[in-house]
Amino acid sequence: MDFGLSEEQEMLRTSARDFLHKECPKQLVKQLDESEKGYSPDLWEKMAGLGWMGLPFPEKYGGGGGSFLDLVVLLDAMGYNVVPGPFFSTVVLGGLAILSSGNEEQKKEFLSRIATGKLILTLALTEPSARYDAASIKTTAVAHNGNHIINGMKLFVPDANVADYLLCVARTKTTGKPENGITVFLVDSKSPGVKCTLLKTLARDKQCEVVFDKVSVPKNNILGGLNHGWQVVQDVLQKAKVAKCAEMVGGAQAALDMAIAYAKERVQFNRPIGSFQAIQHYCANMVSDVDGSRFVTYKAAWKVSEGLPAAFDVAVAKAWTGSAYGRVTLMGHQIFGAVGFTMDHDMHLYYRRAKAGDIMFGDSAFQRKIVAQELGL
Amino acid sequence: MDFRFSPQEEAFRQEVDDFIKKELPSNWVEESLYWPGGYGTIPDFEGLSPAGERFRLRLAEKGWLAISLPKEYGGSGRSHIEQAIFHERLSYQRAPGPGVATLISAPTILQFGSDEAKREWLPRIARGDIRFWLAYSEPNAGSDMAAIQTRAVEDGEDLVIDGQKTWSSGAHVSDYAWMLVRTDPARPAHKGISLIIVDNKSEGITIRPLINICGFHSFNEVFFDRVRVPKKNIIGERNRGWYYAMAALDFERLVVPIGGFKRTFEELLEWVKESKRSDSPVIQNKLAELAIDIDVAYMFFWQTAWMLDRGLMPNIEASVLKLVATELSRKLANTAVDVMGHYGELEGGAKWAPLHGRMCTGYLDCISALVGAGTSEIQRNIIAMRGLGFPWA
Repeated sequence: MDFGLSEEQEMLRTSARDFLHKECPKQLVKQLDESEKGYSPDLWEKMAGLGWMGLPFPEKYGGGGGSFLDLVVLLDAMGYNVVPGPFFSTVVLGGLAILSSGNEEQKKEFLSRIATGKLILTLALTEPSARYDAASIKTTAVAHNGNHIINGMKLFVPDANVADYLLCVARTKTTGKPENGITVFLVDSKSPGVKCTLLKTLARDKQCEVVFDKVSVPKNNILGGLNHGWQVVQDVLQKAKVAKCAEMVGGAQAALDMAIAYAKERVQFNRPIGSFQAIQHYCANMVSDVDGSRFVTYKAAWKVSEGLPAAFDVAVAKAWTGSAYGRVTLMGHQIFGAVGFTMDHDMHLYYRRAKAGDIMFGDSAFQRKIVAQELGL
Repeated sequence: MDFRFSPQEEAFRQEVDDFIKKELPSNWVEESLYWPGGYGTIPDFEGLSPAGERFRLRLAEKGWLAISLPKEYGGSGRSHIEQAIFHERLSYQRAPGPGVATLISAPTILQFGSDEAKREWLPRIARGDIRFWLAYSEPNAGSDMAAIQTRAVEDGEDLVIDGQKTWSSGAHVSDYAWMLVRTDPARPAHKGISLIIVDNKSEGITIRPLINICGFHSFNEVFFDRVRVPKKNIIGERNRGWYYAMAALDFERLVVPIGGFKRTFEELLEWVKESKRSDSPVIQNKLAELAIDIDVAYMFFWQTAWMLDRGLMPNIEASVLKLVATELSRKLANTAVDVMGHYGELEGGAKWAPLHGRMCTGYLDCISALVGAGTSEIQRNIIAMRGLGFPWA
């Protein structure tokens, strides 16, 4: 057994944290959170220059030839620094889906442009039901003159406001099991009939409503085969859940570090508040939550990275980490008291993302249901 | 035992309901983002609305604004149970009205103030002519409130104040500071503090806004630079301010927005039914848990009022009430956002946002519930020391 990161992974983590500490200060985070676009093209370019966008793609597609586990290490560092922007949507939701399910032509076309930072992608999956099951896909795509015509509405689509392409999950067959009639289309966001409305959210994560009104998509833009789309979705969701956990682990660690530093420095009743047992116990609870999250997340990440069956581990990681991040940031707020309740403070950036991260791709209760299924219940 | 209201109490409850229905705009309860237990979304702090102001003055005319005061000072001398009924109904409608002046200052002046102070302040408070803000916390005096450093030094007929207050909720929409100042630095911390009323219009006061994480301007930091205040504005005896402030905690015991929890829960329940999520066992379980918690909190609320009317000291009950209610504030917000899922993440004003984005704002404001007016940690210390007789650790 080896629970440690490789030397390269340690280096990636340290260099990523250092880079973001310098290039993405909290002032910029707050500014981007409140902006319409939600990311800095300048920072985006620098990140691409470091090879981050292409990290998990093979070299022949212009990538860095890294593993999924390497990407998890990077996302952990990004979560620590709460980097706003469409990195997750582009690289995880778009890029990894194309890497797993795309044909050679699609990989060549998309992955190399993602790697250079020229393309922003996202996954348009959920609809007004806000559920992650196949039966909830009501958006339709009907064959017409060699193309498909998409009609319907997608809701809570991250970063659609800046995406060049949307991976639209649509129903292409209404008979039989709901899982067997779904197809994923690569839709150019500038296609006539695509309309995007930005929603103001808790974490300012640029979720959107996207309406598809008679949007025509060429046959070549089908990802993973006609009516085989649910497999594409399942595959990318599994990775996305672990990737989201990685961000949350980083964020929880940052919240813990901030809270501990403050507990040691803030003086009340003539001593640091960290000398009170109540505060010490909070910190002890936080550290067990953070470490527990890291262990289950990296185990799931390793399994996914190695191509091993991971349904149970992924659900455990998402259920635990989603709840734990919430508890850690709540305790963090409690330790900071009133000053943490101000917009100028940084803790709320983490507290907001904790809830958004828990909800994204199915909350803890949803994941526990999967755990129960995996237990044969 | 009898857990029903008496016929008189029932009639009073109806009277309060009818009054609110008549005097408060019908869309008020839906549009107010006030989160029960929170300090970041209190309607009056975000700016005084004409409708809220009108309602406040109508309360005053009725003798209900400072409902606990005797009639001679403009109150209505109601029992604790009746006060509890009044606050329950008001918070159920998220109605504006009572504040620091009516809930904290008025009963303190009544008990400890001179006759002159009573005549000067109480009728104006009861009429709704003046508003107070609570000037206790300082950058280095939070939970350790006795550590305040803002000084008041005698100079002829006046005191001259220098220092800084912070987390000053509503200072920007109030007329006077209800303020703790250090008047004798030579004495032990608790014994050198005085309670004083300071006019916001005094020269040397600077109020700077602090924006809270809900995005609201609810609190401020306030600077005092050689501010002159007449000595007669000291309430009670000089250097006894700490004890008055502690005693005032007893007056605030029933000021728990208990009805607000019920209202918000009912709205969540309604949303779950309308959006056809009621068949989920997970959601059913979460809502049932909330309903139970709210019922328990209500029992602490009525029990406290009942004890006060019998002259009993609800030391444990009142602290537990505050603790249970504020922790409920967080649980309600968290559960609501969980149950609503992605919809719970939408802020007011966003397309698709249910219930004006109330739950999303509540998820942020509930942070303040366990921090403001004595953190949960301080509440537990009080329960342990005052209620259970444990020594100070």
